[in-house]
Amino acid sequence: MAKTHITMKVNGAEVEGLVEPRTLLVHFIRENLGMTGTHIGCETTHCGACTVDIDGMSVKSCTMFAVQAQGSDIITVEGMANADGTLSALQEGFRMMHGLQCGFCTPGMIMRAHRLLKENASPSEQEIRMGISGNICRCTGYQNIVKAIQYASAKINGVEFREAAE
Amino acid sequence: MNDMTPTREQRSAALEGMGCKRKRVEDIRFTQGKGNYVDDVKLPGMLHGDFVRSPHPHARVKRIDDSEALKVPGVLAVITAETLKTVNLAWMPTLAGDVQMVLADGKVLFQNQEVAFVVATDRYAADDGINKVIVEYEPLAPLVDPFKSMDKDAPVLREDLAGKTSGAHGPRKHHNHIFEWTVGDKELTDAAFKKAEVTIKEMISYHRTHPSPLETCQCVCSFDKIKGELTIYGTFQAPHVIRTVVSLIAKLPEQKIHVIAPDIGGGFGNKVGAYPGYICAAVASIVTGKPVKWVEDRIENLTATSFARDYHMTTEIAATKEGKVTGLRVHVLADHGAFDACADPSKWPAGFFNIVTGSYDFPTAHLAVDGVYTNKAPGGVAYRCSFRVTEAAYCIERAMDILAQKLNMDPAELRLKNFIKPEQFPYHSALGWEYDSGDYHTAMRKMMETTGYAALRKEQADKRAAFARGETREIMGLGVSFFTEIVGAGPSKNCDILGIAMFDSCEIRLHPTGAGIARMGTKSQGQGHETTWAQIIATEIGIPADNIMVEEGNTDTAPYGLGTYGSRSTPVAGAAIAMAARKIKAKAQMIAAYRLEVHEDDLEFDIDGFRVKGLPEKFMSMKDICWAAYNSVPPGMEPGLEAVSYYDPPNMTYPFGAYLCVMDIDVDTGVYNVRRFYALDDCGTRINPMIIEGQVHGGLTEAFAIAMGQEIRYDEVGNVVTGSFMDFFMPTAVETPHWETDFTVTPSPHHPIGAKGVGESPNVGGVPAFSNAVNDAFSFLGSTHIQMPHDFWRNWKAAKQLGAVA
Repeated sequence: MAKTHITMKVNGAEVEGLVEPRTLLVHFIRENLGMTGTHIGCETTHCGACTVDIDGMSVKSCTMFAVQAQGSDIITVEGMANADGTLSALQEGFRMMHGLQCGFCTPGMIMRAHRLLKENASPSEQEIRMGISGNICRCTGYQNIVKAIQYASAKINGVEFREAAE
Repeated sequence: MNDMTPTREQRSAALEGMGCKRKRVEDIRFTQGKGNYVDDVKLPGMLHGDFVRSPHPHARVKRIDDSEALKVPGVLAVITAETLKTVNLAWMPTLAGDVQMVLADGKVLFQNQEVAFVVATDRYAADDGINKVIVEYEPLAPLVDPFKSMDKDAPVLREDLAGKTSGAHGPRKHHNHIFEWTVGDKELTDAAFKKAEVTIKEMISYHRTHPSPLETCQCVCSFDKIKGELTIYGTFQAPHVIRTVVSLIAKLPEQKIHVIAPDIGGGFGNKVGAYPGYICAAVASIVTGKPVKWVEDRIENLTATSFARDYHMTTEIAATKEGKVTGLRVHVLADHGAFDACADPSKWPAGFFNIVTGSYDFPTAHLAVDGVYTNKAPGGVAYRCSFRVTEAAYCIERAMDILAQKLNMDPAELRLKNFIKPEQFPYHSALGWEYDSGDYHTAMRKMMETTGYAALRKEQADKRAAFARGETREIMGLGVSFFTEIVGAGPSKNCDILGIAMFDSCEIRLHPTGAGIARMGTKSQGQGHETTWAQIIATEIGIPADNIMVEEGNTDTAPYGLGTYGSRSTPVAGAAIAMAARKIKAKAQMIAAYRLEVHEDDLEFDIDGFRVKGLPEKFMSMKDICWAAYNSVPPGMEPGLEAVSYYDPPNMTYPFGAYLCVMDIDVDTGVYNVRRFYALDDCGTRINPMIIEGQVHGGLTEAFAIAMGQEIRYDEVGNVVTGSFMDFFMPTAVETPHWETDFTVTPSPHHPIGAKGVGESPNVGGVPAFSNAVNDAFSFLGSTHIQMPHDFWRNWKAAKQLGAVA
């Protein structure tokens, strides 16, 4: 099948590649770029493990062709740590609040939470639950993911994080 | 001592040992997308394999034509049963003593069964090839309803078993019968029912569902023709068993097979068994000489690898008028699908379903399980439970509620009346188990007090009265569940897999600087073993958990173990860790005695080193002992500080818990609201309370899914109608209730650290709590039992059938 040349920015770096028009963005990221943090859980846009940030929106990269991302600015989980290599507030929140177990949904969850906090820096529990409802986690039951995002929200806003009372 | 000398509390805290909410070491890589899962493995020249699958649930395969497929650019080979026959692998043995087609051999027996394996340069080309493989089928009558499996005129599913009147577990009564398994005293039980003052009988179904971890089953197989070695990266909960099975069926020397289970994206029982994809990828690698990757997609996962449950349990309890149980009689019809591929210990065709007497002191019981074939996917895995324990817990917990309803007693009171008493432990159950320890009354009363149970019952009574007066359309249910699990398989006297006893293992090596490595026979799929195993070592030998690296999953370097499932890791491998650590500690004591110039009996262990009794200043830290182990050991002693333990547990462990679900249901829409869910778990000694709480949250969420909607459903002609996340209920953060957790601690008396295991308790105890809440809500309208799953539509239907909706 004829291949198309594409260029885009991923985690701040210009990248390019030759892809078939049918190549899914998630496969381009994982296989052409070798960035395997973005995962595939269902291939039908339900689970959100493949969520990346494209031009300021959360996108499930299993349901977008790589050619559709031509010229876009993408952030993946590999681009989430602080510039000095330390964990970002969100990554730290997931670790501190035990917001992950097997780790398979985590990159997608973190990417979705990243955009959610950009849209709303101090979301309520209900807003967080609604905001991550496109991402499935099979391990945690979400309660600690909510706390992880609350932790990050507090840290980003420079306020003390108080765990919600049980 | 100066001010800088750490206190005992500080020294103890620095270890981050047992009881500490230690943050997980795994999270550093997982939160940065640096985990290494099977689909992340990329080998030079790697090919991709994918399956042609059957659209028919039951059909004869007349012809497979791969000529057009082989013309597709990138397609290198199409493997069929005929190819596999040349290496004697068209069929494979199952863990349950049956055989299973790897690729359709003359017939297909379930929808989406594997028919041919297309090998290509990438996954897109493999898909192109699949579309060009022509398969000609002759459809046959499908058998979907297990209750019709043993009808006289039922179609013959397994032609390979023609004339076989017995199987791996005794006589077969019919051509679609697999086994009958009976336990208990039938005569005594029948007699108890004859003289019973009160009896109940109900057919309680636990529907077919699926573990569905977020990462599907997958592997990369790489055969090195020069060395004759096969390397398999795979999503394996039990990598050592996989290597032994591959060695036995592929006739490859075991030392030339390298099985590596890297990071695993959830298992829940889905990744215990061996699937056609593994065999086909291995054969494809041998045929092509290149590494071959197989990655299941979600639809394949839900429809072809390993369903769970599908138990139909006719349950009877005999009791006195006062509510004292006198007998239990259960008959199970078990739908195993097309092949008996249950992942149970080999001698247990229905797993440990004979834990069905639960937490209650039944003087007598009898159980019979009939396994049958249908045109459905094979499996029968333990989806977040020890083998068939969730079915058993659901059966007895539902039945106790039905009995309470008949006696007009409160379900919690009925349970309290029949609990095994603390002084009865170790308790011998009527169906053959020896319960290790328990204090059920304390746990139940703590649940009732914490939740304000009596007040909730009062509120329910008021709401029912209001409903009767037409003032509300909402009904309220309280779901009580008190479960006893049996986990930690298991003692070699009753547990093996294909003849291998179900021990587990740990190997610890400490290095001169006071740091070391622990290698394990288990394999974490999210349980956080790298974190918790180091905590056990930290407490046992006084080396900080941060200084211990835990490694699992590589069969070349890890000691042989049976893997992680059935909540066996802590009961079995956790014990092996403690035993290996104690061997190290004993040697460390001898080294310390030599260095401190005292007799070793004059030393006592003190948090992170040995101290001379009565001389507190004479102390040698474990860190210093590690150094000494490599340069100044007592004369005659071998240097080094290393130990291995293979632990064969003397008994299973029996975690338990008291759960309460408070639910409101709108009768006009069937919409439910889980207002409150309280879970008290007793898993014995608690290693990491943070991880325990996380396990409970996750298990409850899976229980919620199963009870309230998650189902693998077939239509009447054998089509799977819940084969994607569109139809298969997968709760998101919005539907998932808030979880309240609590605990009591009753250590296991036979386990070195008293731990019992917890990962599966919330699923085992959670399902009956949800279902009892729904059933309790509807009970005052005259129903005794409504089958799961309790989705909105079924709730509405129940309300309508009971006359609550016009």
